[in-house]
Formats: sequence, structure tokens, C-alpha cells
Amino acid sequence: MTKRLDGGLIDRSKPLNFTFNGKKMQGFQGDTLASGLIANGQKIVGRSFKYHRPRGIFTSGSEEPNALVQLRSGAHQEPNTRATVAELFEGLTATSQNHRGSLENDIMGGIDLLSPFLSAGFYYKTFMWPKSFWEKVYEPFIRSSAGLGRLSMEVDPDSYDKGHAHCDVLVIGSGPAGLMAALSAAKSGAEVIFADEDALMGGRLNAETFEVGGQSGSEWAAATVAELSSMSNVRVMNRTTVYGSYDHGIYGALERRTDHLVSSNGKPRQIAWKIYSKRAILCAGATERSIAFGNNDRPGIMLSGSVRTYANRFAVTPGQSVAILTNNDDGWRTAADLHAKGVDLAAVVDTRDTSPLGSFTGASIVTGAAVKDTKGRKGLQNITLTNGQTIQADCLAVAGGWNPNVHLTCHQRGRPTWNEDLSAFVPGGELPPGMIVAGSANGTYGLAGCLAEGRDAANTTVKDLGFTASRTQAPKAEDEASSVTPIWHVPAGKSRCWIDLQNDVSSKDVKLASSEGYRSVELLKRYTTLGMATDQGKTANVLGLAVLAEAQGKSIPETGTTIFRPPYTPVAMGALGGRAVGLDFRPFRLTPSHKWAEENGATFVEAGMWLRAQWYAKTGEQGWRDSVDREVIATRKSVGICDVTTLGKIDIQGKDAAAFLNKVYANAFGKLAAGKVRYGLMLREDGIVMDDGTTACMAENHYVMTTTTANAGPVFRHLDFCRQVLYPDMDVHIISVTDGWAQFAVAGPNARKLLQKVVDEQHDISNEGFPFMACGEISVCGGVPSRLFRISFSGEMAYEIAVPSQYGDDMIRALMSAGEEFDAVPYGTEALGVMRIEKGHAAGNELTGQTSALNLGLGGMVSKNKDCIGKTLSKRPDMNRDDVWNLVGLQPVDKSVPLNAGAHFLEKGAEPNMTNDLGWMTSVAYSPSLGYSIGLGFVKAGSTRKGDVIRAWDAMRKKDVDVEIVSAHFIDPEGERLRA
Amino acid sequence: MIINHPLLGPRDSSEFYHMGDAVLMDRPDPEAENAAEQFHDYAYLRDNPAGEYRELWYHEQGDRSWLVVTRDTLTHEISSVELAREVARAQGRSK
Repeated sequence: MTKRLDGGLIDRSKPLNFTFNGKKMQGFQGDTLASGLIANGQKIVGRSFKYHRPRGIFTSGSEEPNALVQLRSGAHQEPNTRATVAELFEGLTATSQNHRGSLENDIMGGIDLLSPFLSAGFYYKTFMWPKSFWEKVYEPFIRSSAGLGRLSMEVDPDSYDKGHAHCDVLVIGSGPAGLMAALSAAKSGAEVIFADEDALMGGRLNAETFEVGGQSGSEWAAATVAELSSMSNVRVMNRTTVYGSYDHGIYGALERRTDHLVSSNGKPRQIAWKIYSKRAILCAGATERSIAFGNNDRPGIMLSGSVRTYANRFAVTPGQSVAILTNNDDGWRTAADLHAKGVDLAAVVDTRDTSPLGSFTGASIVTGAAVKDTKGRKGLQNITLTNGQTIQADCLAVAGGWNPNVHLTCHQRGRPTWNEDLSAFVPGGELPPGMIVAGSANGTYGLAGCLAEGRDAANTTVKDLGFTASRTQAPKAEDEASSVTPIWHVPAGKSRCWIDLQNDVSSKDVKLASSEGYRSVELLKRYTTLGMATDQGKTANVLGLAVLAEAQGKSIPETGTTIFRPPYTPVAMGALGGRAVGLDFRPFRLTPSHKWAEENGATFVEAGMWLRAQWYAKTGEQGWRDSVDREVIATRKSVGICDVTTLGKIDIQGKDAAAFLNKVYANAFGKLAAGKVRYGLMLREDGIVMDDGTTACMAENHYVMTTTTANAGPVFRHLDFCRQVLYPDMDVHIISVTDGWAQFAVAGPNARKLLQKVVDEQHDISNEGFPFMACGEISVCGGVPSRLFRISFSGEMAYEIAVPSQYGDDMIRALMSAGEEFDAVPYGTEALGVMRIEKGHAAGNELTGQTSALNLGLGGMVSKNKDCIGKTLSKRPDMNRDDVWNLVGLQPVDKSVPLNAGAHFLEKGAEPNMTNDLGWMTSVAYSPSLGYSIGLGFVKAGSTRKGDVIRAWDAMRKKDVDVEIVSAHFIDPEGERLRA
Repeated sequence: MIINHPLLGPRDSSEFYHMGDAVLMDRPDPEAENAAEQFHDYAYLRDNPAGEYRELWYHEQGDRSWLVVTRDTLTHEISSVELAREVARAQGRSK
């Protein structure tokens, strides 16, 4: 470790060991990785994105464009971590990015020599031909040579949380303005959230040598944070970046909970907060900008304020002989602070024709000149000035002026405006409602001004919210000098003057873009990538704009500015995902028989929001088809049981319930008697089928509607819309009872015999007493209330029996045990699907949002005697032509051939094209009942073509099968079994 | 976004389902002479204003009220939130 300076806010009693590219290094508690690297004399920390140029640490904050490293290892590896904000911890491992071979001797470094050919837009210009080279040659080369860090390609082992917080006043940033704003707002009694991205709150107060109220700035900041932390109406959130401003006072914030620790220890690593604020005070400070001169990207060249931060806060110096280039008063402060710390100064170069603001032993003081070029491939060695003078230095601190951090002011409609006095953009246009800006972010650069403005902003805000402003006084402080005369660009002949270090954009690229017609700033960004990637051009944008303006002979305000979108700094996808990962991606529901199904070898499938049993494997079965075939055959031969709880169930009551059903169903429901069930077809207003199901009339003015599993939610929403909005005076009330009832289909010739064993004997369920499409309230198993419906999806004689959900598990066990003597089987969704295809019932594959009642062969169901949703538009001529698609059955001519869903139909011999398209296969299954593959599909005028043979042509699977058009009812076309 | 529900107060928009233009409330009279044309416009034609827009939101994760929300599409400022049933009644809809 090189010698540390005196002072600083590090804890020298807590040394920390870490490694960089395997090299052992040591720092202290309170260091960042960047300050640790500087303390250990590490100059090069990475290679640049495009040209593989050696790069060092450029800043001391979240604006860092260069020092991006891979942190940690294995599955915890995190690419593109800014070393300047990564807190050091014991055992930290970091590696550099984007080089082949060692960091010092990157074999890709030679690409820099090709730079004349790789200017802005070179991808578009160079790799145009031959076309076939793009995928095989150019793209792989570009991908492997350019880039940032690498993902571990392993599953992220950390967990992330989401949080919601509410406050009266959100204070963003904890520099002098933020501290005063938080303190004043808190003392008025308002609920305050006070957030800063840094671990150590205080902003620049921790980086400067200012006095506040007779204390050092950092001491005053610490005391103020302590006071705020002790107040019950304040939530202090350090390590929390407010990254986005959203509608209605909602802010997105990312809190890093364990990034500064060796391990998360099972705790959430980060929390993505949604903060609901009534007002927000933005005190985000300012970011320093660079100056474009020749080879201004060498390791050792750094922003001036950052050099000061390293010296004052971290007690390290990035160089042993430091030169300073400034166009403003602030650069001189760096000189003074370094001098006071005993760091040798090589030179202070002020571009202004001004009298020197200080003199320092051994330092050349030059005014009215600038740095033109630099030397030192792996670390700065000397600088050459515009006056021809060459000065030895291993660090150059560049002070180009400061830009207010206006980012969050732009997240809605704000557009920054140019302030000529400050030579910077300040918040402008329409700020997000409820936001006010204070301090440097508002262009107020002096310390006393920041403190006062923070307090005033808080007072205005709390009064606006109905609180009495506190009488908090701003502590005594002075406004430092901050006069600036901008200089943006020092032409340097052949040497490149870098503007955007992260994207390797030089002043030549900007001028080239301008001369090629990319004259608007948005196009400049697209064409050169200036301002893109992880730093979003925080140190580059204004400089790029200034060079563009210069190239076009315009002023900066005439040239305009790009605006900012969230996030302010990168947010990990993991944090946005929170706990919604893997199986927890969204909630799912378990059916009442789930436990029983698990015990009986069920394989489960996601169906809508449910997990349903797909099939029940038995020992010895070779695959799912064995199980499904067995379940179908056993059901058709004797009896099978299926959990159908997942179908939507909507309880409908009220004096106008029947009239309501008449509106929402295409077929008539007015005369459905109590104790009867009817199939209902529901249309959308455009005449397309929305859903289907059965509705049972339990009693006068009381109905239970069923929907398909997937449409339970949308149908309910639609019914609510109809009753609240279209028919607001109808006396009709609906409630979803899907979860309230466990419902089982009992299907097959022995279904009645089985049910008679569990239904209490006073209930007559004989064919005469309880015929097809009957329903009723009964009891089972000695008094358990139950609903019985005689409906069938399988085509067999079948019932659906419902019991209150809490009896669901008992019910499946009771049914299976009663079914033992009939060899009853449970069946899953696959067998259910096979049986409905055998029976020709439409399901999700047929109800695609494209199909009309006529397509489904249900055109006659649309009542002619009443209005219903969708009726008018279902009569449109084009939906009623003779050649519309009809749902038909299909079977292979050669019965040994399996069919494929998705195949398109063509006449035999017809060319496969859209003109000849006859329709498509919607559903297929191997029918164990018939012993061959069968399908359902839509065929043009199919209902008139029974017996015709057409082609089922499947381009995806390269299949071409001759199929015969048959009735969709493969099983029991007369419906005798249903009524048995 | 926050929607100030007339019965429940301010609620996060994530609790709602958004259906779009409130013209969907104005279901045409199926007995009208040009009913087919009116239904065509009702089903398919929407304005896309830059500015004030009346739209339907459903408090699906809440009390299941359909609401008419007047929102400025440029600023997302919400100037009024009404119960759709009351708006429908005021417009003369009944059964």
C-alpha cells in the first residue's frame, strides 16, 4: 500500500484485505474499491469498450464511466460494477473487464490502431457486405471484441425484495441542501423520507474542507443525520438511490442492503422501493464535467473534484505529482486542498486570462493556456500545454465546471434550460408535480446558498401541505467562489479528444456525425452512442453537446439537449423482479384434491392460475400416453373422476338475473326452470365467441354460471361491466364462488351407481328423478351440503358434484373409495382433453378470439328473439358467408398416421399458399376409444364437405397427411350415453 | 399512477384493470335503423386525444367498481374519478 495522507473519514483501526485481478491489496473500513485501488497504486483498472484503451479511475461517484469491474465470483459475480461506489469489505474480489490476456497487456489493445476505420457509425458503413458475413463473421467478432463485463450464466443466488413506503416529503440527496431540507421538514412535523445513494450521508460535505456552524462539514453532516435518525417521523435511507420519478408523486428507489457485506446471509440483497410522496425536494447536487483535449483519457487523468474527494474523504492521492487544469475557481480548491495535505503539485493551468488564485511551492502556475495533449500509455507521464510547455505529472485533475443533476426533473415533462451565468443546464420546463429543486441541483453552487435554499424549499413545501414551518436556522457557512468561463474543447491535431469515455466517443466522432447530417442531439446520441450505457453520459453529455454546437456554429441552447429517463443509475433486473422468480413468478392455486392427487402419482400442469392434475401415472406405465389412454378407457368403460374446481363459478342473484343472462348469453335464458342447467354461449360485442359454459338455475332468481378455467376472471369483469355500466338499474348481483366449492366430474356408465353410494338416500338421482341437465341442492355423506349437476363434458353419462371447499379432500377420498368396486379411476386434464375431442366439444384451442358461433356450428344458438351482447355484429355479412370456417372432425386416411395440431388444410394437389388455405387443425389426440389419431379443425364450408379428403399440411414439422372430413362427434353422435 | 377512488380514496393503479375509452358505455340501440353501422363504430372506432381523455378502469383487486377516470394523456393528471354506474344512469341508461 502506498502511503496514506493524514485525516479522512476512513477507519484506520479496521484494515480490509481484498484482491484485484488476484493481486492482494489492503484498504480500510470506509474505503470504496476505487479508493482502495488508488491506495494500492493501481493505475489501470479496465480497458475501454471499443478501442481497448487502458483506463483508470475517473471520478469518485456514481457517474463513473471507466472503472467498471466484475465484483465477486461464481454465481455472485456482478459485471459492470462501478468501483467508485462499491464499498470495500473484507475478502472482496474484483477483476477487470474487456481484455484478452492481462489487463496491462491486452492483446486486443492493437484495435486502437484501427481507430481511423472505426469511427462513428462504422458498423453501419463497414459491415454492409457481403450480407452473409454479418451473422458468421462480423457479429461474432464485434461481440467478442467490444463489450463490458460478463454474466456468470448461473442463477442469481441472492434474493431481492420490494417495498412500499409513504411520506409527506421525500428529500433526495443528503448534501448541505438535502440535510437542511430534511431537518426543516422534519421539525415541522411532516413525515419525511431522506434518501442518498452513498453509504455515508453528507454529500460533498464529506469531500470538502468546508466549515459549517463552526464544525467541519462532515462533522456537522454526521450530527445532523444522527439528529434526523432519532426523530420518529423521519426515515433515513442511506445506500438508497432514488432512480426514477413517476406519476402522482411516486418515486422508484433502490436500497442496497448487503452489497457492502461479504455475504447476504439469506437476507435480501437489495430492495426496490416504491415511495409514495406528497411532495419531493430534489437535492441531487451536481456532477463535474471534463474538458476535451488530446489523449484526455489516460489513467491518472481524473475530475478535479474527485481528486479532492480522494484526498479529503479517503486520505489517498491519485498521484505523487499532480497537475490541475481548470476553467473555473473550483479547480484552485483542489490545488489548495492537495497542498494542505502535503501532496506535490506540478502545475495549475487555468484556461482563463486571470490572475492566479494561489501559489504553491514547486508548482508552475499558468493562466490563459490549456492542456493540449498528454503522454503515458499505461499511466500519465506528462502534459503538453497550448503554449508548448511540457510538464511532468502522474495525475491531472480536470475542472471543467459543474452540471446540476437535473435527471429526475426530466422524468416526466421537464426540459432543462441553459443558464449562461453557470454555463450549465438547470431544471426547466414542467417539473414532476410536487417536486421542487434546491441546492446545486438547482444551480445554486455556494455552500451558504445551498443550506438556505434547502431550508426554504422545505418550509415552502410543508406550508403547502398544511404544516407550520419550523424556525430551523441554517448554520453559519460561507459561499465559496465558483466563477467559470467555459472551455470545452482544445483541438489537438491528430490526437483524439475524448468526450464519452464509456463509449469511446471522441470530438471527431461528434463532428463526423454532424457533417454526415446527424444534426439533432437525439440523432447524435443514436449514431455515436454518446451518453449511452451504464453511466448514461453523466460526465459526457454536456461536453458532447458543446462540441456539436461548436461544429454547427450554434449556441448550446440552440443545439438543445437530450433529456433523461429512469433509472438514474443502473438497477439490477433481480431487484425489479423481487420475489417473483421461478415458481413464485405469479401466484398459483391448488385444487382441493391436490394433496390426494400428489399421493396418487399425479403430474401437474399450469392451467390458468391453477395447478391441475395432468395424468395419474401407475407403476409400469412407460409414458404419459399409457396413463392417459388407460384413464380414458376406464372412464368410458366404467367410471372416472376429475377435479373440475378450476372452472369459474359465478353466483348470480336478483330479480333481473334471468333478464341479465339473456343479455350476456347469445341463447335464450328467460325460461330456464329451477332445477335445470343450460349450455350458454357468450359473445363479445364484435360477435366473436368470448366463452362458453353451463348455467344452472338453482331457484327462482338464483343462478350459478360456470366459465372456462382461463376466462374466469375476464368473464367476471365483463359481467360486472354489463351490470354496472350497460344495465345499471338491473337488480342483479354477482360474486365469484370458484374457490368456495370443490367440484368433481363423475363420468362413465357407472357414475350413477357410484354417486348413489355417497349421496344421502332421500335424494333421488335416478335417470327419471334427475335427468340429463338437471341440477339441485342435495347432501352427501350424511349431511354435507352439496350441489349436483347432471352435465357432461366427456360425452358419458356424467355428473358434477360440488361440496364446500373444505370438504374437497374428504370428497375425493369418499368418491374414490365408493368407486373401488367399479374400478373407478381419477383422470387428469389430458384425458379430459382426449374425451372432449372425441365428443367434439370446443375448448380453448377453438375459442381463439377469431371464431364466431357459426364457425363452431352453434350459429343457430344466437337467439333471433332478443338482443344480446354481440348479436348485431354477429350478423355481419362477411361473418355469415357460405364458405366460413366450420368446426369439423378429421381423421387420417391411413389410420396409422398421427395428426398434428396447427397443420393447415389444402385441397389435394393444391399449392401451399394463403389463397389455397382452407383452414387449420385446432386440436388433435390419439383416441384410445377408436384406436387412431383424430382431430378437430376449422375447414371452409366444412359442414357441407363430410367425407371429402383434403391435405393436412404442416410446414413446421414437414408433414403432409391426407385426412377425411367427418363429424366432430366421434363418440356417441346421438347423445344416448348422456341421457342413459 | 394513483386513482382517487370515489368510495375508497387514493389507490395505486396496479389494483385496476384498464379497459380504455369511456365511449364503451354508450352501447347503441340495437333497434336503431343503422344499428349495424353504429355498432361497428362502437366496437372499433376510438379517438386518441393528446389531452383530456375519459376512460374506464375496473377496480379488480379492490371493490370491483367500474370507474370513469378523466385523465390528461400528456401529463397523466387525473381531473375526475366517477362511479361508472352513476355516470351511466345520468346518461339515461337503465335496464
